[in-house]
Amino acid sequence: MIKTTLDIARTSTGKSLRTEEMVVNMGPQHPSTHGVLRLEVVLDGEIVVDVIPHIGYLHRCFEKHCEHMTSYQQVIPYVDRMDYVAAMTNEMAYVVAAEKLLKIEVPERVHYIRIIMAELQRIASHLIAIGTFGIDMGAFTPFLYYFRDREKILDLFEMTCGARLLYNYMWIGGLSHDLPPQFVEKAKQFCVDFKKTMKEVNDLLNYNEIFIKRTANVGVLPKDLAINYACSGPMLRASGVDFDLRRDDPYTLYNKFEWNVIVGKGEVGVVGDVWNRNMVRQNEMWESVRIIEQALATLPEGDVKKAIPKRIRPTPGDAYGRVEGPRGELGFYIVAEDSVTPFRIKARAPAFVNLSVINEISKGAMLADLVAIIGSIDIVLGEVDR
Amino acid sequence: MGLLDQKFESSNVIVTSFDKLLNWARLSSLWQMQFGLACCAIEMMAASASNFDMMRFGVIPRATPRQCDVMIVSGTVTLKMASRIKRLYDQMSEPRYVISMGSCSNCGGPYWEHGYHVLKGVDRVIPVDVYVPGCPPRPEALIEGLIKLQEKIRNESLVKKKAV
Repeated sequence: MIKTTLDIARTSTGKSLRTEEMVVNMGPQHPSTHGVLRLEVVLDGEIVVDVIPHIGYLHRCFEKHCEHMTSYQQVIPYVDRMDYVAAMTNEMAYVVAAEKLLKIEVPERVHYIRIIMAELQRIASHLIAIGTFGIDMGAFTPFLYYFRDREKILDLFEMTCGARLLYNYMWIGGLSHDLPPQFVEKAKQFCVDFKKTMKEVNDLLNYNEIFIKRTANVGVLPKDLAINYACSGPMLRASGVDFDLRRDDPYTLYNKFEWNVIVGKGEVGVVGDVWNRNMVRQNEMWESVRIIEQALATLPEGDVKKAIPKRIRPTPGDAYGRVEGPRGELGFYIVAEDSVTPFRIKARAPAFVNLSVINEISKGAMLADLVAIIGSIDIVLGEVDR
Repeated sequence: MGLLDQKFESSNVIVTSFDKLLNWARLSSLWQMQFGLACCAIEMMAASASNFDMMRFGVIPRATPRQCDVMIVSGTVTLKMASRIKRLYDQMSEPRYVISMGSCSNCGGPYWEHGYHVLKGVDRVIPVDVYVPGCPPRPEALIEGLIKLQEKIRNESLVKKKAV
């Protein structure tokens, strides 16, 4: 039930003031729509009656490019550019799907390095999510703290594969390079340093009274609604659903490590609100650090490439590979025909699915809270529009 | 500061041309439009965050085009977005500058061949002053692009009549 201004605004005689609905356009150029999202907001006074997202401002023809590449390997750079905040995870999802299609088993060291990279990338992605969310809420300092630490992760990636943002590191059947010398020591040092920053930011941002006032009890996404809308990732877990693909559908060697699935507990506010979504991300970084530390300690020796033909020609068929990305279930569905190029590749993008729920959860909220809700969904427009 | 520090203890007169003074003021506070399109926007954010700190060049992100001097087109320009970029550029007050950041906005980048919805270079809709190559360019490259733009502004003249 939407509480409109008609119920609130009353004159001294008890008569309600009559207001008219107004349509406000938000985006595509707006500092807190996280890219080129455009929202058509129907307002009653300051209260949101309806939100209609308009997408397609960053449609970069991903599927068309997949069909026109000369080999399966050439798709990987385009996969990078889909979710540019978490490129490693995207590569991982694609190579998992491609290896499933080709029925390739990769060496154990490859699995370990992939897990280390994917978890580092998850941390880097959540750092951007929480940092920019802080900016949306008016807190600039945590953003600077988190970007300082993100640069350390990017340095690790850079020494491994030479790129800062879009890597082309995970290849079908292995990796492009082995880990460089000093990587393990530097990654261990990063884990030690990063734990301190997380504590600082917890004090500075997440348990800050002003931040809690802005985010708690706002944009509540109930459990059943989250499941009905097929939300995934932190969005789903913050609503109290204990589901993580790394545990429930282990795709590499995640079941070898000891870690917990973070579920929103409603410590502040209620389960499924904006604060809990943010906190699930914050706590997930602790678990990622735990996984990285365990993987670094038990990193096996061996080869990082499996001998596969340069021109892959799989037997006709299809395969769906999915991984738990920073934003949720990221899957690639590959259909192969008797050719060296894929017939079709369909991406299941978590940000797109999570965005679809915005209409439901922002009805009845204030316009200023809409910014908080968008920030907590953590969309990446490259992935929404593909 | 830096340059002028401790140099004028007894007198406070500087002799310079009006052009140079204006240009010095303009190039030292290039306000940038806070406007991210795609992957390059993340590198642009990194360039204005801790390690690279673009604000030391006077580049401050502003949310509205009316207050801005420079527009950094950071990322892929799609056909749907092109008209909006043109409109935002028109809303900026003169003198205005454009930095095209990344291969996509330079020429279409990796999407130049099959990208049916990608504009092959932002210079097809708005004039571009500096092109920064890379996919995505490193923050150092973006800063280099800004310094190039500052050089360009330094050699301009607002006072003299433009040659037609």
